[in-house]
Amino acid sequence: MSKQSTAQKRAEGQLLTGKAARMAAQTSLSPVQLAWRELRKNHAAMLGLWTLLALYAIALFAPFIAPYDPQDQLPGDHGSQTFHPPMRVRFRDHEGGFHLRPFVYGTVQQFTPLRDIVYPLDAAQQNAVRFFVSGAPYKLLGLIPSTIHLFGVEKGRAIFVLGTDEFGRDYFSRLLYGSQISLSVGLIAIFITFSLGMLIGGISGFYGGVVDDLIMRLCEILMSVPDFYLLLALAAALPITLSPVTVYILIIVILSFIGWAGMARVVRGMVLSAREREYVEAARALGVSDLKIIIRHILPTTFTYAIVGATMAVPGYILAEAGLSFLGLGIREPMASWGNMLSAAQNLTTLQSRPWILAPGVTIFITTLAFNFLGDGLRDALDPKSRRLG
Amino acid sequence: MFLYILRRLLQMIPLVLGITILSFGAMQLAPGDYVEQMKQNPQIRPETIKRLRQQYGLDKPPAVQYFYWLKNAAQGNFGESFTYKEPAFKLIMSRAYYTILLAFYSGLLAWVLAIPLGIYAATHRNNWLDRVLNFGAFAGISLPGFFVALLAMRFALISGWFPVGGASSVNYEQMSQGQKILDTAHHLILPTLVLGIGGIAGLMRQMRGNLLDVLSENYILAARARGLSERAVIVKHATRNAINPLITLVGYQISGLLAGAALVENVMAWPGLGRLLLESVQTQDLYVSMASFVMGAVLLIVGNLIADILLAITDPRIKFS
Amino acid sequence: MSSSMSETILQVRDLHTQFFTDDGVIKAVDGISFDIARGEVLGLVGESGCGKSVTSLSVLRLVSAPGRITQGQILWKERDLAQFSEAQMRAIRGNEISMIFQEPMTSLDPLYTVGQQIGEALKLHQNLQGQAARQKAIEVLRDVGIDDAQRVDAYPHQLSGGMRQRVMIAIAISCNPDLLIADEPTTALDVTVQARILDLLRAMRRKRDMAILLITHNMGLVAEMCDRVAVMHSGIIVEQAPVEELFARPRHPYTKGLLKAIPTLTSAPKTPLSTVSWEPTEQERAASHLVEVGDAHFVSAWAV
Repeated sequence: MSKQSTAQKRAEGQLLTGKAARMAAQTSLSPVQLAWRELRKNHAAMLGLWTLLALYAIALFAPFIAPYDPQDQLPGDHGSQTFHPPMRVRFRDHEGGFHLRPFVYGTVQQFTPLRDIVYPLDAAQQNAVRFFVSGAPYKLLGLIPSTIHLFGVEKGRAIFVLGTDEFGRDYFSRLLYGSQISLSVGLIAIFITFSLGMLIGGISGFYGGVVDDLIMRLCEILMSVPDFYLLLALAAALPITLSPVTVYILIIVILSFIGWAGMARVVRGMVLSAREREYVEAARALGVSDLKIIIRHILPTTFTYAIVGATMAVPGYILAEAGLSFLGLGIREPMASWGNMLSAAQNLTTLQSRPWILAPGVTIFITTLAFNFLGDGLRDALDPKSRRLG
Repeated sequence: MFLYILRRLLQMIPLVLGITILSFGAMQLAPGDYVEQMKQNPQIRPETIKRLRQQYGLDKPPAVQYFYWLKNAAQGNFGESFTYKEPAFKLIMSRAYYTILLAFYSGLLAWVLAIPLGIYAATHRNNWLDRVLNFGAFAGISLPGFFVALLAMRFALISGWFPVGGASSVNYEQMSQGQKILDTAHHLILPTLVLGIGGIAGLMRQMRGNLLDVLSENYILAARARGLSERAVIVKHATRNAINPLITLVGYQISGLLAGAALVENVMAWPGLGRLLLESVQTQDLYVSMASFVMGAVLLIVGNLIADILLAITDPRIKFS
Repeated sequence: MSSSMSETILQVRDLHTQFFTDDGVIKAVDGISFDIARGEVLGLVGESGCGKSVTSLSVLRLVSAPGRITQGQILWKERDLAQFSEAQMRAIRGNEISMIFQEPMTSLDPLYTVGQQIGEALKLHQNLQGQAARQKAIEVLRDVGIDDAQRVDAYPHQLSGGMRQRVMIAIAISCNPDLLIADEPTTALDVTVQARILDLLRAMRRKRDMAILLITHNMGLVAEMCDRVAVMHSGIIVEQAPVEELFARPRHPYTKGLLKAIPTLTSAPKTPLSTVSWEPTEQERAASHLVEVGDAHFVSAWAV
């Protein structure tokens, strides 16, 4: 509708006021409900939302869905099954016979004269895919011990739907476990960043004066540094001796440290303008305390912005973690993250002849795309001013 | 305008000073130093290590080291690379050249493609091509740059049409001037495209949104009421007004380009600043890290300054004051 | 100044303009007809949202998607604008029919000088360029009371609201139009500035024998400026009459309500202002065609 002139929009808006007002009065929806109704109309945003819910659910149940332990180097005929290509799940065998139960062909491990490992199919070996099979032990949600996996093949046989990596670890299992890292880093980091940003920005805007000056100078410095450079420098400072879990936590801390400045500046600006609003002045005139004003009147106005901003910012964090891990500065082996799994593709032979190694790139893409769709939809739904139909 | 630029440059001094402190602090966070790594080597005697420490001033407390560095830096001496045994300044200048080359062409590509595409999308709202472009833009901003870089490398490997990484061929030194330019251009194509994708997508979305906003402004209706053709309205009034806010985003764009370049450089073996920074932080080549870090920040600040000047030139409402 | 005496330049016949939105079709203008004679000032009054702005945009065919003129004729000097090509329309806009808007603050492009924006119309319709266009721009600015020739190089942000509305008028009259559509030309301005803009419009009309379609919600303004009035509500014209006649003998309940709502000096202090609430029923809508009830006084059939 923005192609219309504002004059027309005005005319139209007024035509609707009567009807709209009646409707609003009848239904009396809360702003959140209204936003949800708007969001539901946006197909791309809903697709993003469902995709994300599915991704996070998969991450949560990764140990169950994954057929193997991500650290297990699966043995072949001659040592571990390095770079085994993905296996095709089939219903039809070589003779053309149809099987109701899907199966994969087994492979034999051989060496070429140039010492390359190849895995020719063994047509005699049909390994049926079974569901809810017993396999490597794990703890579901970190609590419930279990050995049941969603799918698998007979003990001693192998199913690699996404192939294996250079250490012969099942790539699909690593991808699933990696999602736990890659999907959580962004979410936790954004939470810390926004809490920090809102707190510091709020203090800066509300109290002003020297505090404000100091904080703003610091923000300026942080924002004048290309953020990825700072990330590199900080991540490189992590000692090699740290455990993978500690590194994971510190990477989140570092990511949060980079982003808060921009957020704080925006929040400060919003607080400054909110302070000038009549209702805040009125509250102050009525003798409401500073803290109460911040909590009751100022924070809610910044909250919508925070939600939209956070959703839009998550992809940046996911990409940053992936980038760092890819460069070998982020999440460390043997822990799997989508970024460090891609590191193997830096080897040109791998890049050229083992394309399945690129799979985590696709999952990162799907995740960031879903976040961007959702973020865009949320912005439109929560902020009517920025609403652009289509 | 000259005074304005001068004042802005003067304002940069405390900022850059703050950045040097920040970067020095970040470097000091890492345990040990460059010389520390030599301890692993049993061939090197402890006395040699001690002597090297003294020579580099690494035995002093960090604050003292910082002031030494600052004093020298103020005189144009940014220290020496431990690894390359070359002045850090010389090293970063040659690397910065490659980063600027890459970032500049990617940025340029983004503008040249994104503006017309954004105009098309806004003026043909919701037709099939607009929808395709819109989806493409979402995909573009969601694609991890280093993943695209990997795909590009794979493409180069398989097709053989482009060099597989690097900035020059092995026989670069023997080439004539013209061949050298062609060789660099050939090496530049893929990294530029890879780095440009995010920029094209982001700018296009911005341009489309801005133009849609501008098209609903009263002065657009007034221009139509004056008898201007739709084409004139869009080219003369709407586009100019829609581009202006984009200029203020140049700063973000540069930051994004530098970050993206750091990753693309590492994947595609492009000898830029980001690659140097990664190398130097990994080997704890302190002065090179410091110099490339500060150089990155200076590029960003200068880029912002240029954007502000551009905006003041194109927008009469903004004065040089 | 009786309208029947002079040549009729604009005849709008059964005009329908509708907006096709996701929530259904909005009939912004639902079958209206009116005439304007050369040099005449017709007031189109009604509350916000009654369709008067859409009417004015329809005359210039400036309604854009999702709005569309769905039916009716717009006869301009006996030619139907509704049938014109875009190129033909462009030759009319800003040349024979001009328009000024409610919001002078946002009606000028901030990136071009006043002179450049006046020059656009001059170049299009009078083929004036460069120095000639500049001279003419200075001249028109003087006509609208901006005597300082320097102002031609001013950017909109350097001018006050009143000044900007003068510039808008200057652009509008620069090509000597026969009709000026003024959509709430003074609503956004200070009271003192309002008076001066109205004086200017009156002077322009006298000097150039220019007709004005004045769109407003302000009955006082109507009394002051107009020869004839059309009262609009929910997309239809409910009553149309010479201004004295309408104020003296309103026939339609909505018109009566509107006139009653004007506060007067004689009313007792602290009496609440009367409000107008009238919505046409389906039957009323069906019988909304105008019938003549007196000398050039028309009213909806059902209200007779």
